This record gives sequence, C-alpha cells and structure tokens, in this order.
Amino acid sequence: MSSEKTKDLESVDIMVNMGPQHPSTHGVFRMVLWVDGERVVELEPHIGYLHRGSEKISESEIYPQVVTLFDRLDYLSNLNNEMAFCLAVEKLMEIEIPKRADYVRMILCELNRISSHMLFYGTMGLDAGAMTPIMYGFRERERIQDFFQSVTGARMMHNYIQIGGLREEPPNGFQKQLREMLPKLEKSVEECDQLLTLNEVFLSRSRDIGIINGTDALEFGLTGPCLRASGIAEDIRFTEPYSLYDEVDFNLPIGVTGDTWDRYVIRIAEMRESIKIIYQLLQLLPDKGETKASGIRLIPRPPKGESFARVENPRGDLGVYLVSDGGDKPYRVKVRAPSFANLQALRKMSVGSYVADVVMILGSLDIVLGEVDR
Amino acid sequence: MKVIVQLTLVSSAIVAAFIALLFSGQNDIFLKALGASTLFGFLSVVVLAMIWYERKLLARIQMRIGPMRVGPFGILQTIADAIKLVTKEDLIPSETDKTLYWLAPIVVFVPSFVVWTVIPFTPSLVIQEMELGLLFVLACSTLSIVGLIMAGWSSANKYSVLGALRSTAQLISYEIPIIVTALTIAMLADSLNLIEIVKAQSSVAYVLFQPLGLALFFIAALAELGRTPFDIYHAESELVGGPFVEYSGAHWSIFYLAEYFNTFLFATLVSLLFLGGWLGPWLPGIIWLFIKIFIVISIIFWIRGTYPRLRIDQLMEVGWKGLVPLSFANFVLTAVFIYYSWSLWILGFIGIASILLIMFTYKKRKISQPPEIILISSSEVRRV
Repeated sequence: MSSEKTKDLESVDIMVNMGPQHPSTHGVFRMVLWVDGERVVELEPHIGYLHRGSEKISESEIYPQVVTLFDRLDYLSNLNNEMAFCLAVEKLMEIEIPKRADYVRMILCELNRISSHMLFYGTMGLDAGAMTPIMYGFRERERIQDFFQSVTGARMMHNYIQIGGLREEPPNGFQKQLREMLPKLEKSVEECDQLLTLNEVFLSRSRDIGIINGTDALEFGLTGPCLRASGIAEDIRFTEPYSLYDEVDFNLPIGVTGDTWDRYVIRIAEMRESIKIIYQLLQLLPDKGETKASGIRLIPRPPKGESFARVENPRGDLGVYLVSDGGDKPYRVKVRAPSFANLQALRKMSVGSYVADVVMILGSLDIVLGEVDR
Repeated sequence: MKVIVQLTLVSSAIVAAFIALLFSGQNDIFLKALGASTLFGFLSVVVLAMIWYERKLLARIQMRIGPMRVGPFGILQTIADAIKLVTKEDLIPSETDKTLYWLAPIVVFVPSFVVWTVIPFTPSLVIQEMELGLLFVLACSTLSIVGLIMAGWSSANKYSVLGALRSTAQLISYEIPIIVTALTIAMLADSLNLIEIVKAQSSVAYVLFQPLGLALFFIAALAELGRTPFDIYHAESELVGGPFVEYSGAHWSIFYLAEYFNTFLFATLVSLLFLGGWLGPWLPGIIWLFIKIFIVISIIFWIRGTYPRLRIDQLMEVGWKGLVPLSFANFVLTAVFIYYSWSLWILGFIGIASILLIMFTYKKRKISQPPEIILISSSEVRRV
C-alpha cells in the first residue's frame, strides 16, 4: 500500500524544448532538455536548421566563386574561412604567393579573430545576464568592421582573400589607419576585461561549470580555445604554422581547469596576443609589392589531385579537404568545421548541471550555426 | 475585451483600496476614494517617468543615447509604448487555464497598488494613516507571489512553470530578511506606524545606526523585486520571460506596471525606514523624500547595468546562509542595545565593521581567486 502511494508521488522529469527560437541558443540551434527541478538529467542537441548545402553547392561553382560560399560558413570570421579555402587551392596548384599579400592576409585574419572574440565576449555576458558587455563588445566589433569595410568594401562578406593573394591592393593609408586603431583596441580589451572577468557574480556563475579534462576534450575533437582551456597546447598557428606565422612571436594562453571561465578568459587573452601579432606584422609588412601571384588565370584549373589545408579559426581548427578532377570546379569540398566538433561536447559538459548553466556552457563553446549546419 | 480587462483591473484596485479603508474605520470614504484615484494616476505617471529614466540611464551606462524620437529626449517614449501595448491583440493561448490566466495579472497588481494607501509622502499627505502601516505593507507585498504562481501555472508553458517555481522559492525566502530587518527598525522607533518611524529619525537617520540593516534590506528588496542580480524568475537567457512568457499586450503591461509600482515602493520604504523620509533641511519635505527615492532607484538601475545574474542555488545560498542569519543577528544585537540602552552609535560601527568583514571574507573565497592562465611563448616551442 505504502509503495503504491510513493509511486503516485514519484516526480517526473520535465522535457523542456530550447530553441530554435530562443534568445540564447546563438542562432537556430535547438536542444531538448530533461530537467529534474532545476537539474539537467539529459540533453539532446538538434542541428540542421541552417543547412544550406554549401559543400554540395561548391561542386557546381568555379573556384573563385567558392570563396564567397566560405564567407557564409562561419559568418563571424569570414576572412579566416576564405583563407582556409584559398590555402587548400594554392597547395594543390603549388602557388607561391607574394609576401606582402601574406602579411595583409594575416593582419586581416587576426583582426577578424578579435572581432569574433569581441562578439563572444558580449554574448557571454548576455548569457550570464549582464546587459552591458554586449554594447562594449559591439563597439570594438564595429570599429574593426568599419576598418574591414574600408579595406575590402564589405562589412561581412568580404571575398577579399583570393586564390593567389588578395583581390586588390589594400587602400592607401592601410597601415596608418591600423596604427590608429590598434591602441584603441588594446585599451578597450582591458576595459572589457575589467568589466566582466573578475566580477564576483560572473565568477561564481562560470567557475567549475562545464568542466572537461584534456583527454576527453581531445577525444571529442575539441579544438581552438575550448581545447586550450583544458590545458592542451594545440594551435595550428603554433604547431604547424601556415602563411608566415613562424615569423611572429606570440604566446599561447592555456587554461588550467577547463571550465567555462577558462574558456572565456582564454579568448580575452587571445585578443591581447592577436594585437601583439598585428603589431609585429605591421613592422614586417613591406610598403610596396605585389599582392597577387603572377600567372594565375581568371578561372584557375588546379591539377588533378587532392589537398588538405587547415587554419586556426577563432573557434578552432578549420580544415578544408579539396579534391580536383582537373576542371574549373572542385570535384568535392569537405569542411571540417570546428563549431560542429565543439558542439559534440555539450552533452558531456552539461548533464548534471543546472538549466542556467547549460546556457553558459553553450555560450562558452561559441558555436556559429552557419558553420555547424553548413 | 481589452477595455474590459483594463476597466476591471482599475476598478478592482480601487475597490480593494476601499475595502482596506472601510476596515480602518474611517468615515470620509468618498474623500479617501478620490485620494486613491489620484494616487493611481500619480503612480502611473511616476512609473512612466521611471521607465524612461531607467532606459536613459542604462543607455548612458552602455554608451548609447536611449530613446530620442518621441518627444524631447524621448520623454513620451513610454507613453507611446503603453499605447502600443494596450492596443495590441490580446492573445490567450488555447491550452491555458482561462480563469487563472485572466485573474493572475490582477492578483499581482492589486496588492502592489493597495499598499500605497498607507505610504506617507509627508505627515499630512497620506490617504490612510495606519498604526500597523509597516505590517500592512509587508503583508500586501507578499500577496503577489500567489499571482505569479497563478500566471506561471495557468500559462501551460514549461518555461513559465519553471519561472513560477523559481519565483516562489525566491520571494518566500527573501521575505524573511525583509521582515526581520523592518522589525529591527520598528523596534528602534518603537512603532509600526510609518509616520512615527520617520518622526523618530528627526535627529539621526537610522542608516547610521543600522548600516548592516540597510544593506540587508536593500539586497533582499532587490531579490523581492526580481531585479538584477536576482532576476532569476525572469531569466531572459534561459527561461525567456519566466511566468509572463505567454502574456502579451494589456495583460503583460499590467505585470510590468505592478513591477514598477513595487520598485518604487521599495525605494520609498528604504527612504522612509533608513534615510529619514521627508526630513531634511531647507527644502520642503516631499522634495527631500523624492530626492532620496531617486537616489535609491538610480542605484537599483545602476546595478542592473553592471551585474550578471545569479543562479537559483546561489540565490538560495545567499538568502538562507547569508541574509537570514545576518538579519536575525542584527535584530538580536539591536534588541540588546536597546534593552541596556547602550549608545546606538556603537551599533552603527559594528554594522560597518561587519559589512567590511563580510566583503573581505567574500573576496577570499576560493571561487573568487581563479588560477592564472599559462602562457606558452612560440619562441620557446620553436627552440624545442
């Protein structure tokens, strides 16, 4: 009799559907949570709401056009994406690109990393419930976006890095403008850092939440800041430098515990390092010189074969696998998207934590759905 | 339909005010009724101004300029918003429990208005002077929890159910420090009459005797109002909007109105209980009161612009392990001081010392001292 009674009183886990329309799923991500009170018992991510078939479309576009598709993958770090595809094609065609073009590419990529991390900073604040960081993050992002506009002509979909170099010369005053902007960026990174990083409430919300250790992180295929937060020194710019990254000195920030706060603070530290890299590149950048390799046809036809190029995106290791059949269109393009791999770890990190923590953990993974769903 | 909701609401508030007045044994009911209606109009205007001020202040904190379009400096923006909200379609989801869903805004709103009948702006400017004024205020402000649960449950939405459960836990646990701290003040003033409490501060405002009490009351009031960093039951980033998720248009604006009534109420209470209410040199009393309220409200908004949100378990921890024991300790200590008629200034010093001590120990927590991140330099790696 008594057992029957307790059976009646047994509690049931509530299934809560978060997304695709939810303020803090960072796009059209959907997850289904089973919660016991406030604790998350089970989590099931659903992706694919933003699937556009970019990889398949790439097969029916000529090579220069594919670059524009890569702009739209990770729409917060467009230049890094363009870089990855161009590197893959250049590897296949064995093109030596002029040094000046390479430096400009690196400068733009590092700037894009800062602008992407600034948006992360803002959304992380929003996820934690603070309204102000997003405004400060966006101010810097706008600053960089304006600079991009003056260089490439577009705010987001640049199509500036092209096979064999750059689409066109960087404008007059490129260096001057950059030299004016960098101290401001430096100052505001510190400002942002002071606003949120050591805030008592933020610390208690983010520390020891969503911990993932180094071994697990490697097994899940985490890359980028999420992996480095778990204490693994892995960065493509560092371990297998592409472009001219072996000419610059910078530090790699490594986390200790692998919790949400580490993932956050590593990105803040990375912004500082990026600024440091840009300063060095400005010293190295020659004033005059070619920005496009000679002898590249308007419609390049890489030889038959395959190549794989990877770059360090703000979100992690972006790999492009390219197969060519000798025609003017790629035979197959496969993108190894960092956000997609990072998202796998969400369940492992969140089960057992509170509902509010899941939002923070998802925020700290910093996914971009354009890249997850492709 | 919308108009009916509105009219019912307003009239029920006024009827409730009547009832409160009837039981107070006064005869000039119609004069009081006029007062209550005027008060409603006054409070509505204050709320409109407050929303405008909050938006402007937040905008300034965030390097924006805020509303600028409607009227000079966007002063009329909130009026435009109010008109928009009231003329919106009144959407009631099909799965809701209609009666509860419809009643909930009223249950939240009425107590938040009724309390104002006993709040004195000056010794003479009060609708009903009540001997147990403070008790009445605290009792009424507790009632709104019922409305929140009704709203959350009847919406038939999981977010709102979670929000309602959160709000129950939060509001009930933070009632205790509020009541105990208010009682400490009542003990000092030897009265529950709000006018008497202010009059007792004519030489020294109680904030100097009760700095700890003010801190406890203010923090607990933030939680009671559901304001940052304790806006757990709204929790936009996880629960979207808490108990009000499904509400729209006029219904929603009533919740909003009630919330701002309460914000204004607690700012007024802080001014009355701790800052000496309308007492002050040179200026007329009511201006002093409004200056004090303005400062308290500015601090509330400032906190909103600066702080992230706590988690539900941390909120309960702050409440039960921090505010409740501290408020009781403060209560007992004050009682001892009054009993032996020791100097209350010593109590003030003890209060400030304990606030500093708490802040210091809080900073020393393990969680507040994160490990340094390791920096590996590329030149090092290349040498290897």
